[in-house]
Amino acid sequence: MSASNETIERLTRRGYEYGFVTDIEQEYAPAGLNEDIVRFISAKKEEPEWMLEWRLEAYRGWLEMSHPNWQKVRVPPIDFQAISYYAAPKKRPGSLDEVDPKLLETYEKLGIPMHEREALAGVERPAGERPDVAVDAVFDSVSVGTTYQGKLMEQGIIFCSMSEAVRDHPELVKKYLGTVVPRKDNFFAALNSAVFSDGSFVYIPKGVKCPMELSTYFRINAGHTGQFERTLIIAEEGASVSYLEGCTAPMRDENQLHAAVVELVALDDAEIKYSTVQNWYPGDENGVGGILNFVTKRGLCAGKRSKISWTQVETGSAITWKYPSCVLKGDDSVGEFYSVAVTRNRQQADTGTKMIHMGKNTKSTIVAKGISAGEADQTYRGLVRVNPTASGARNYSQCDSMLIGDKCGAHTFPYIDIQHPSAQVEHEATTSKISDEQMFYCTQRGIGAEEAVSLIVNGFCKDVFRTLPMEFAVEAQKLLEVTLEDSVG
Amino acid sequence: MALLEIRNLHAAVEGEEILRGIDLTLDTGEVHAIMGPNGSGKSTLAKVIAGDAGYEVTQGEVLVDGVDILELEPEERARAGVFMGFQYPVEIPGVSNTYFLKAAANAIRKHRGEPEVDAMQFLKHVRERMELVQMDESLLKRPVNEGFSGGEKKRNEIFHMAVLEPRLAILDETDSGLDIDALRTVAHGVNSLRSDERGFLLITHYQRLLNYIVPDKVHVMVQGRIVKSGDKQLAVELEESGYALFEEGAAA
Ligand SMILES: Nc1ncnc2c1ncn2[C@@H]1O[C@H](COP(=O)(O)OP(=O)(O)O)[C@@H](O)[C@H]1O
Ligand SMILES: [Mg+2]
Repeated sequence: MSASNETIERLTRRGYEYGFVTDIEQEYAPAGLNEDIVRFISAKKEEPEWMLEWRLEAYRGWLEMSHPNWQKVRVPPIDFQAISYYAAPKKRPGSLDEVDPKLLETYEKLGIPMHEREALAGVERPAGERPDVAVDAVFDSVSVGTTYQGKLMEQGIIFCSMSEAVRDHPELVKKYLGTVVPRKDNFFAALNSAVFSDGSFVYIPKGVKCPMELSTYFRINAGHTGQFERTLIIAEEGASVSYLEGCTAPMRDENQLHAAVVELVALDDAEIKYSTVQNWYPGDENGVGGILNFVTKRGLCAGKRSKISWTQVETGSAITWKYPSCVLKGDDSVGEFYSVAVTRNRQQADTGTKMIHMGKNTKSTIVAKGISAGEADQTYRGLVRVNPTASGARNYSQCDSMLIGDKCGAHTFPYIDIQHPSAQVEHEATTSKISDEQMFYCTQRGIGAEEAVSLIVNGFCKDVFRTLPMEFAVEAQKLLEVTLEDSVG
Repeated sequence: MALLEIRNLHAAVEGEEILRGIDLTLDTGEVHAIMGPNGSGKSTLAKVIAGDAGYEVTQGEVLVDGVDILELEPEERARAGVFMGFQYPVEIPGVSNTYFLKAAANAIRKHRGEPEVDAMQFLKHVRERMELVQMDESLLKRPVNEGFSGGEKKRNEIFHMAVLEPRLAILDETDSGLDIDALRTVAHGVNSLRSDERGFLLITHYQRLLNYIVPDKVHVMVQGRIVKSGDKQLAVELEESGYALFEEGAAA
């Protein structure tokens, strides 16, 4: 093995930054899953009867389904009866400034920018000091606080936890929940529909451009639990919003299940930009522990000229199984998917997107960058379907893989299903390595080996990073640096 | 003390000996040219000095400012002031030329205990250096060497050198493949950086570069050895007689 390969190998094995546990009193649902547990969760959230019925229906559906096995990952057997489906801090804040200081400290350790933390604690900064970001913080199964709600409400924007939405905006939840990802869409979506905990709810009224970034930080803290958040974002005619989620979890030697559902609805001329920086605990270098991340994310471009963009930076989780998709129903609607996925050690990822063209002149763009190091395995799986109704549909897909070391793998499965003769579909794929020549060129200029790797990888991801909101692009870049740089000694 | 002192340097690649006992002393303020036929080991010498891990030093020493650098990593050598202009510059997709240079400049400064460069000042410095090599401004924002023409790549190497201001610059065939105008520009870049604080090792296949950059010494390298050294007149003689004469000598 050449010297630079050795450096790269050393650099791509490192510790996890966010592996700490917050010592806080929590209450749990007893382990296991049955109708009583579904009732327990619904009761904890003080839900109306219709919501409970909806969950039970999903649960009954789930019982008849089985775990998918088409993905190219080795999934350890999951004992669904050993998981606790609800965990929440015992002390529930009545208002933002009653939030337990230990929780605030947790978010501080996670590096959520200062002004947001202040805002979580109820301190609002004078406007214009720096761009505001409204934050919803979800700790295990519950939201511990949402910032800037008042300010957003002035424009009719609703940004709250899903539990609050069920309580305060039942008509909206009833109208849209499960319309994009039906309850029985797949095994994990059905499970989520039965036991979902908090996630964010966003409603942007007609013609309103959301004046700030909205974001949710998901934190799994408790052991032997899973997180099953549910997020729903609705942008009415001419509305627009940019939303970001970040995720971390403690280091544990058990696998923990995360099965989320995200639904987006964009009406005529509406635009939703959804960015994810996923850094769940990936397990150790021997593949012990880590989050099993089975997520269903789908956006419906319901209206004419609507647009939905997914950007994801996926560096964590032992297993990632997710395909943020766009259903392009409205004529002239646009779907985009930009992805950077990093797998190292024994991490596995099977991820990609689906672009379903239904409306006329619909357009989609897919840019997926996969980086694999150590003994990790990564698969891009994408579907581009052009329905018989979708005249003039266009798609451009680009899938690039970068392999670091020679024990990792990268695979690309682009499925293309064209049912209209006027469709234009382009697919490009490349596989590359960090070459010894590139390493030598960088180090010869004085750049250290660690910095060189992250410089080259960042360059490789450039096309995706530039689609992230500015502040988060920096965050993502740093995350990638940390992911690839910290040496174990 | 010499800026660069090479003593009995032997180096091998994949078990085959390429450098077979090189001795060379270069003082600050000097420009030395190394000439020789293809495959004689010129690039190998440059890369061994710069620390390319693909080559194994089997014997000898390389001192820069009196310090043996052979145990140092390439980045440590670079920070100590060693710069190598690549015969075949490497592409770094997605990383802008300016960003790359800033990372390099900061790494060097950090090593010296200096604060990071001020973004505005650095840009000003970069612009000045760009003019020196008459490089098109658009190449600053473009990814390092990606899609650059052969000539642009060579100019970019000189530009990097001009920005980083090394103590010892080894330029590996920076002249080859350049038209006469580009060659003049490159020469102008090197000449304006000549100073008492700096030394140059010019590796070239052709004598014509030496019409524009007048060397203090010329060494002829054949089959991994320096077979003859002299003043600039030697380059002219070589141009007339070719290397054949020396090749025989080296083989004997
Ligand atoms: N990385 C390498 N692997 C194998 N052989 C090499 C390598 N680098 C150089 N060589 C061999 O070493 C000899 C000298 O090459 P080089 O130093 O590039 O010569 P020059 O620059 O004078 O043309 C040649 O025979 C070349 O094939
Ligand atoms: Mg050469």
